[in-house]
Amino acid sequence: MDFADSAAEEAFRLRLRAWLVHHNPGLPPSSTADEYWAGQAAWHQTLYDAGFFGLSWPTEVGGHGLPSVYDVIVDEELTAAAAPPRPSVGYLVQGLLRHGSPHVRQRFLPGLVNGRDRWCQGFSEPDAGSDLASLRTRAVREGSAYVITGHKVWTSYSDAADWCLLLARTDPDAPRHRGLSAFAVPMHQPSITQRPIRMINGITREFGEVIFDGARVDADNMIGAPGEGWSLAMTVVSHEREPGELGYVARYGKLVNELSHVMRSGGGRSDGEARRDLAWAMVETEMLRCHVSRRLSDRLAGVSHGPEGSVDKLLMTWTEQTVGHAAVSVGGVTPEGGDDTLLRAYLYSRAQSVMGGTSQIQRNLVAQRILELPSS
Amino acid sequence: MDVRYSPEQGALRDAAAHVVERLGVRVVADLDDEERRTALAAAVEASGWRELRTPAEGGRPCASAVEVAIVAEELGRGLADVNFLGATLAADLRRVAGARSAAMPETVALSADLAELASSVEGTLSGRAVALDASSCSTALVLVAEGDGFALGAVQLTPRTGGADLTRPTAACPAGSAVAAIDASSRLLSSDAIAASVSLGLATSCADLVGVMRGALTMACDYARSRHQYGAAIGSFQAIQHLLADALVLMEGSRSIALHAAWAVDALPASDALPAAAAAKAYCARAARTVCESVIQVHGGVGNTWECVAHLYLRRALLSSDVLGGVGDSLHRVLAARGVGV
Repeated sequence: MDFADSAAEEAFRLRLRAWLVHHNPGLPPSSTADEYWAGQAAWHQTLYDAGFFGLSWPTEVGGHGLPSVYDVIVDEELTAAAAPPRPSVGYLVQGLLRHGSPHVRQRFLPGLVNGRDRWCQGFSEPDAGSDLASLRTRAVREGSAYVITGHKVWTSYSDAADWCLLLARTDPDAPRHRGLSAFAVPMHQPSITQRPIRMINGITREFGEVIFDGARVDADNMIGAPGEGWSLAMTVVSHEREPGELGYVARYGKLVNELSHVMRSGGGRSDGEARRDLAWAMVETEMLRCHVSRRLSDRLAGVSHGPEGSVDKLLMTWTEQTVGHAAVSVGGVTPEGGDDTLLRAYLYSRAQSVMGGTSQIQRNLVAQRILELPSS
Repeated sequence: MDVRYSPEQGALRDAAAHVVERLGVRVVADLDDEERRTALAAAVEASGWRELRTPAEGGRPCASAVEVAIVAEELGRGLADVNFLGATLAADLRRVAGARSAAMPETVALSADLAELASSVEGTLSGRAVALDASSCSTALVLVAEGDGFALGAVQLTPRTGGADLTRPTAACPAGSAVAAIDASSRLLSSDAIAASVSLGLATSCADLVGVMRGALTMACDYARSRHQYGAAIGSFQAIQHLLADALVLMEGSRSIALHAAWAVDALPASDALPAAAAAKAYCARAARTVCESVIQVHGGVGNTWECVAHLYLRRALLSSDVLGGVGDSLHRVLAARGVGV
C-alpha cells in the first residue's frame, strides 16, 4: 500500500510540472466563465500534443496505454500549477471503446481523444430526465441512413460540438429499454438547431438544447448494435459519475487554493463561519483526492467499475458543494470590485447533484446494488 | 502509486477479522462476559499486534502505521474491548525515545479534553489527565517537559474506570498526580517526533472510526431487511434506503482519507503527516457521528434502548473522535498547515 510515485511516475510528474511552467493558459475556473469554454478546445489539444492527455486509453486510439493512476498525477500537478482541469471526455471515450465496432473506434476515437473533434452527449429530453428510458427522440431507417426527430436538453457544449453521441428510439415496438440505439450524429447540418441555456450563474457556453428536425446520420455511424443504446448509455453515465474519469479533483483543488490565497491576503471574509467552511472544503477535497487514488489503484488489477461509481458521484458532489459553500462564505455576496467569480462558483456547484444522475438516483443505486436492500 | 493492500496486509486484515468475529462484542451483555473478554485479550496478546510499533533494527518500527490501521479498523468493527490504541501509542513513544519496552501492559494519558498527550512539570501532572484503554493497565505514559524537549514519564492508574465508551474505559488522573521517570537512558523527544506519534494516534483512531462505521452499518442493513412495517421490510422504503446509502458513502470516503493518513505517518515528514492525519480525523469524526446516529434512527425505538448495540458504536465513535484532537482542533490544524492561521 503506497501513495508515493514509482520512479517512472515521478519522472512523468516532473516532466509535466516543467511543461506547465510555460504552457498554463491561465483560463478561469471552468465553472465560472464563458472564457473557459471558449479556450477549452485549444487547451485540450495543447495538453494532448504534449503527451499529457488520454494517458490510460489504448494506444490504437491515440492514448498512452498507461495505468489510470497517472491521471491522479495529472490532477495534482494541474492543481498545483493553477492550470485548467483536464477535459472531461473520458465517459464518451469509454462508451465508444466498449460498444463501438473496430470501424467506429478507429473512425471517431482519435479525434475525440486528441481534441480535434468536439463532442456533445444527447441523452436527456424535456420529458426524460431521471427516467431516461422514456426518451422519445426517434431514428427511422431510410436506405443507408437514419432520420432523427426529437428534442434533447442539458446538452453540454452543444454550441461547439462537431458530433453528438445521440440516444434515440429505433424500435418503437420493443420494451422501452430495448428499443434504443446510439449514433454519432454530425452536428453541422441544417436540420439541427441548438440553443444555449443560461445557467443560474450566468454562463451560456456550457448548457444547451438541441432540436433534431429530420437530421440524417449514416447507418454506419450507429455505435454498437441496434437496441444496444441503453447498455451504451449505462456505460457512459456510470463513467460520468467517476471523479477519476472527469478530473474534477483538479478543479476543486484549484478553487480551494484560490480561496486560501484570498483569505491569507486579507481579501474576502475571514470570520469563523468562513474559516470553518474553508477548512471543510480543504478536508473534502483531500478526501476526494485520496478516494480517486484508491479507486484507480483498484483498476491496476483490471477491476472494472460497477455500482460503486454512484458512491464516487455522491462523494464528488458533496465535495463540490462544500467547496461551493466555502466560495460564497469567503467571497461574500457583494464582492469588492464586482468580481463575482466565487459567487458564480458557488451557484454552479448546485448542478453537481443533478448532472450525470441526481443524488437521489445515486442513493437508490447504492441502496439496491451495493447494500442490496430489498426493492419496494 | 498503488494503494491496494499487499497480500501480507490482506492476511493481517483477515486474521484480525477472524479474532473479532469470534471474540468481539455482539450484544450488550457480552460486555459482562469475563471469559470472552479474557479470551479476546489473550488472542490479541498472542497475535503480537500490540508490538507493531516496537523497535526493529535501526529503531524503525516493526510495522508501518498502515498495519496498525488495518488491525484498528477490524477491532473497531468488532467493538473489541481490548487495549490496542493506548498500547500502540505507548510502544511508539518508547521506541522514538529509545526507552526499553514496558514490562507490564501500558497505555498513554491525554489532557482532560483528550486533545493532546498529557504533560507534567516537576514530577507531577500539570492538569487533570485521562488515560486511554485503562482497564488492563496500571501505568500510563505522559510527557515530561525537560530543556527544549520532552522526556517520558509514567503515572500510576487507579482501578476506577469509566467514560463514554463502554468498550474502552478511561481512567481519570487528578492534577498533581506523581509522575515517575522511566528508563534514564532514553532520549528527549523533539516536537517533530511527538508530532509523528500524534499522527499515528490520529490515524489509528480514524481507522477505528472506519471500523465502527462498517460494523454499525452492517447491523442497520440487517435490521432494515428483517424489520417489517406496512407489510414490507423497512429497507425497501426509499427514506430508509437513502439514510443507509449516505452512511455507506460517508464510510467509503472516510476509508480513503484514513488510509492515506495511515500511510503518511511513516512515509511523509511529520509536518505533512500531521495535517494529513488531521484532515482525516475531521472527516472521519463527523462521518462517524452521522453514521451512528442514522443507525440508531433506522432501529427506531429499539435503537434508543440500552440493550441495542447501536449506542456502543456511537459511544466508541465519540471517544475515537476526540482522541488527540476532535473536529474543531483538526480543522484548525488543517487551516494552519495551509498558512491560514489564527
